[in-house]
Amino acid sequence: MATPQFASFFPDFYIERIWEKCIKCRRCVRECSYEAHIWDPKKKTLYEDHTKCVGCHRCEAMCPTKAIIIRRHPAEFREHALWTPWFIKNVYKQADQGGVLLTSTGCALPFKNYFDHLVLDACQVTNPPIDPLREPMELRTYIGPKPEALEIEEVDGKFRLKKKLPPMIKLEVPIMFAAMSYGAISLHVHQGLAKAARDLGTLYNTGEGGLHASLYEYGSNTIVQCASGRFGLHVDYLNAGVAIEIKIGQGAKPGIGGHLPGEKVTEEISKTRMIPVGSDAISPAPHHDIYSIEDLRGLIFALKEATEYKKLVFVKIAAVHNVAAIASGIVRAGADAVVIDGLKGGTGAAPTMFRDYIGIPIELAISAVDKRLREEGIRHRASIIASGGIRCSADVVKAIALGADAVYIGTAALIAVGCTMCQRCYTGKCPWGIATNNPELIKRLPPEVAYEKIYNLVKAWAHEIKEMLGAMGINSIESLKGNRDKLRAVGLTKEEMEILEVKHAGE
Amino acid sequence: MWNIALRAKELSGCGIAGIIHRKGELIPGEMILKAICCQYERGNGLGAGFAAYGIYPELHEYYALHVMAQNKQALEKVEEFLQKHTFLNFQEPIPTKKVKTIKDPPLFKRYFVRPKFDEEEAEFCDITAEDDRMVQLVMEINEKIDGAYVISSGKNMGVFKGVGFPDEIAEFFRIDEYKAFIWTAHNRFPTNTPGWWGGAHPFTILDWSIVHNGEISSYGTNRRYLELFGYKCTLLTDTEVVAYILDLLIRKHGLPLELACKAMAPPFWMEIDEMPEEERELYTAIRILYGGAVLNGPFAILFAYNGGLVGLNDRVKLRPLVAASKGDLYFMASEEAAIRAICPDPERVWAPKAGEPVIVEMEEGVIPNQKSYLKPRPAEVKEDALRIGYLPPLLFSSK
Repeated sequence: MATPQFASFFPDFYIERIWEKCIKCRRCVRECSYEAHIWDPKKKTLYEDHTKCVGCHRCEAMCPTKAIIIRRHPAEFREHALWTPWFIKNVYKQADQGGVLLTSTGCALPFKNYFDHLVLDACQVTNPPIDPLREPMELRTYIGPKPEALEIEEVDGKFRLKKKLPPMIKLEVPIMFAAMSYGAISLHVHQGLAKAARDLGTLYNTGEGGLHASLYEYGSNTIVQCASGRFGLHVDYLNAGVAIEIKIGQGAKPGIGGHLPGEKVTEEISKTRMIPVGSDAISPAPHHDIYSIEDLRGLIFALKEATEYKKLVFVKIAAVHNVAAIASGIVRAGADAVVIDGLKGGTGAAPTMFRDYIGIPIELAISAVDKRLREEGIRHRASIIASGGIRCSADVVKAIALGADAVYIGTAALIAVGCTMCQRCYTGKCPWGIATNNPELIKRLPPEVAYEKIYNLVKAWAHEIKEMLGAMGINSIESLKGNRDKLRAVGLTKEEMEILEVKHAGE
Repeated sequence: MWNIALRAKELSGCGIAGIIHRKGELIPGEMILKAICCQYERGNGLGAGFAAYGIYPELHEYYALHVMAQNKQALEKVEEFLQKHTFLNFQEPIPTKKVKTIKDPPLFKRYFVRPKFDEEEAEFCDITAEDDRMVQLVMEINEKIDGAYVISSGKNMGVFKGVGFPDEIAEFFRIDEYKAFIWTAHNRFPTNTPGWWGGAHPFTILDWSIVHNGEISSYGTNRRYLELFGYKCTLLTDTEVVAYILDLLIRKHGLPLELACKAMAPPFWMEIDEMPEEERELYTAIRILYGGAVLNGPFAILFAYNGGLVGLNDRVKLRPLVAASKGDLYFMASEEAAIRAICPDPERVWAPKAGEPVIVEMEEGVIPNQKSYLKPRPAEVKEDALRIGYLPPLLFSSK
C-alpha cells in the first residue's frame, strides 16, 4: 500500500466553477501552470484538482465568462487556538516529505508593523502648507559619502569649488528597485525595471544573477550585485552600473544564501550567470572571502580598485539584532551606502522559518542605525538605504523621517506588474509570468507592460510624497531626512518610541 | 518660573526690525524702539527683545555674557562656573527699571570674560580656539545649570529680551540709554509655547544674533545635523538652530556669507540645472553637503555680527521682509511702515526676493573686533573630513 500523503488531503484553496457561466473554452487549463484545471477529453468536461491550486487567481482573472471563483477551502478543522490549520498542514507536509518548508515573499506573520503606528504631521495656520501644483517640490537625493565641508575659492569675484565633489549618485526620486535577480524574475520584468528606472531617474538592482546582455544600455541606472555565489560576475559587469552592491544578507532569509533551482537555469540564464544549463545555482551563506569586517573592507576596496574608484560600493545586510553596530562597522570598512533589509523584506525562495522568524522590523533598524552613525559622527560618510515591507508612499516618507536617505521597493514593484502574493515564486511556475523563466509563461508579461506599470506606480508615489511634503510645509526632501518632528506614535510603548525617537500623538 | 517643560519647538509669527550704520556711527536706542513698536500688531505681548552692537567699547576685548537667572542660587552657580573656566574682568547687574506690567522678572547680570585654557590646550590657543571654547562654555551653562541661561555671549554686544511688548521690555532694560552701530529688534507672537524669557528673541551665539519671524519646518532635521558637530539645542526654539547653523557654516566651515545664506535658503534644482557649469557644480555641492542646514518653512530673519547685518527670506518668500537705505544707514523690517517711521524719506526701498540675502557690511576698520565674512576661508575641520569620498581611500579612526 502506498504511504498516504496527508498534506494532499487538505487543500488550501477551492476552485469553484459556476457551470451556468462556463463555456468550456479551456482557457483555465491553459492558464494554470500548476495543472489544477484538467480537461477530460472523453467526457468533454472540466474538473479541478484543488490540491494543486496555489491561490494565484490567474484562472479567475482570465476566465472570459467569469465562471471561476477561487476561495479558501471551506473544510475546517476543529478550532484550536494553538494548532491552527497552518501548523497542522506544515507538519503534514514535512512528515510526508522530510524537507525544509519553503515559501516566498516576506514575513507573513502579523508582527507589529511600526509604519502603521506612525502618523504624519501637516501645517495649520502658523505655517502655510505648500501646494506642489503651484510651487516646486523637490525629491532629488544624492547617494554616497559626503565630505564635511567644502573648499571654496574666489576667482574674478566669483565663488567656485576648489575641487569637484567625489562620485555620488543622483536620484530624482528616493525610491529604487531592490535586488531581484534575472532567474528569480523574468527577463521581461528586468527590462521593465531597467527602463522604468531610467525614465524615473532612479536605479534598479540586478540581484546576484548577473546582467543580461540586453540590459547593459541601462548602465547609468543600474546597481550590480556581488553576492556570495559571484554568479555572472566579471569586470565588465562590475563596470556596467553606477554602483556595486555587496550582498551580505537579505531580510527574508538572514544568515543563508540563495538557491536558484536547476529547472530555472535556462540557456539564457546559464550564459548570464556563467553556469551550466540545468545546474543549481547555490550561493553559500557567507562570502567565502569574508569571515570578518576587515575582509569586507578588503572586498570593498578590491571592487573599488577593479572599477578605478568610479563606482560606489553599497553593502546590503539583513536587519538583525545587532544591526546598528554592524552598520557602523560597514561604514568604517569603507562602504558608500549601507542597505538595511528588514524582517518584512521579500524573496523568491526562502525557508519558511527564516522568512517568518528571523530579523527585526525595518523601522526600528533604520532608527537604530541612523542614531548610531550620528553618535559616532560618521553619518555623512555613507547613505542609508532602507528596504523590506514598504507598501505605499507614506511608508517611504516615514522611512526617510526615521533617517533613511532612500528606499528600495521589491514586492511593491512586482505587485504592480500583476503579482497576487500567492507566495509560490520558488516553484518557477508563476502563472503571471513574473517569477518564472518558462518561455511560454514569460510571454504573459511583455516588457512594455512591466515598464508601464512600474513607472506608473513610482510616478504616483512620487506625486503623493510631494503632496505630503507640501502639507508638512517643506519643499525639499532633505528637510524630511531624520526629521522625527514630523512623526508621532499611536499605540506604541515607551521603549518602542525611544528606539524610534518619536513622541506619542498628543505630546 | 521657566521650569516649564518645553516639549516642542515653538511656533510663532512676529515682527522684526534692524538698523546698521556702515561707518560705525552710533544710533540711539529710541530709533529701533520706534521701528519695532510701529509693528505692534505683529506681537502679542509674549516676547520682545533687542540686540545692540558697540555698547561696551571699553571692554571690547572681552566676551560680554548676558546671563538670565531664575534666582540667586542659579546665578551663584554660574559665577562659580565662570571663576573656574574664565578670566573674569568685570561684572555687574544689568541695569533695569521696574515696569508695572512686567511681573516677577528674572535676574540679569553681565560678565566680561575670556576663557581659560588647560595647560595642554594653551599652546593651540588662538582667537578661533577662544571662540570655540566660549561656545562650549555657553553650551555647558545652558545645558547644565538649572535656571540659568546665557542670552548673549559676543564681544562689544549684548541682548536684552523678555516677556512683554517691545516698549515694556525696552523700558525694563532702559534701551534708551544705549547707543549702537547695529540694532535688531523683535516683537513676538508665539502660538504654542508659554511666553518665557529665554524663548524671546534675539538668539545668539558669540556675536551672532538672530531675530526671526517664521517657523522652521525642518527643525528636526536641522537639530540632528547640528548635533553631529557638537551643538546642543537647549532652548527648544527653531531660531536657536539658525544661530548655530550660521556659526557652523561661516565661522567653522569658512563659507562666505552669501553662500551660507544660499545653503540655508537654497535655489531650486531646476534653477541650479540651468546654471553655467562652475556655478552649477558649486550650488550642487552646497545642496548635497548642507542639506541638513536648509531652513525649510516660512521665515524672514535678520542676523547681525560685529561688522554686518543680513536679511534673509525663505526660498519661496512666505514671510515679509523689506529693506531700505539712506546714506550710510540701512534698514530692514517686516513692514515698510516700520522703516518709514524712523526714516520717512529713504533713498531706496526694496523687497528682497525669496532666498536672496541682503548683506550690509560696515566699511573696513571702523569698529573694534570687526569681522567680515564676504570672502571664503579655509574650513576649520580635520583634513580627512574634507576628503571623505575622494581618492585615495582613507583609513579613519573612531572619534
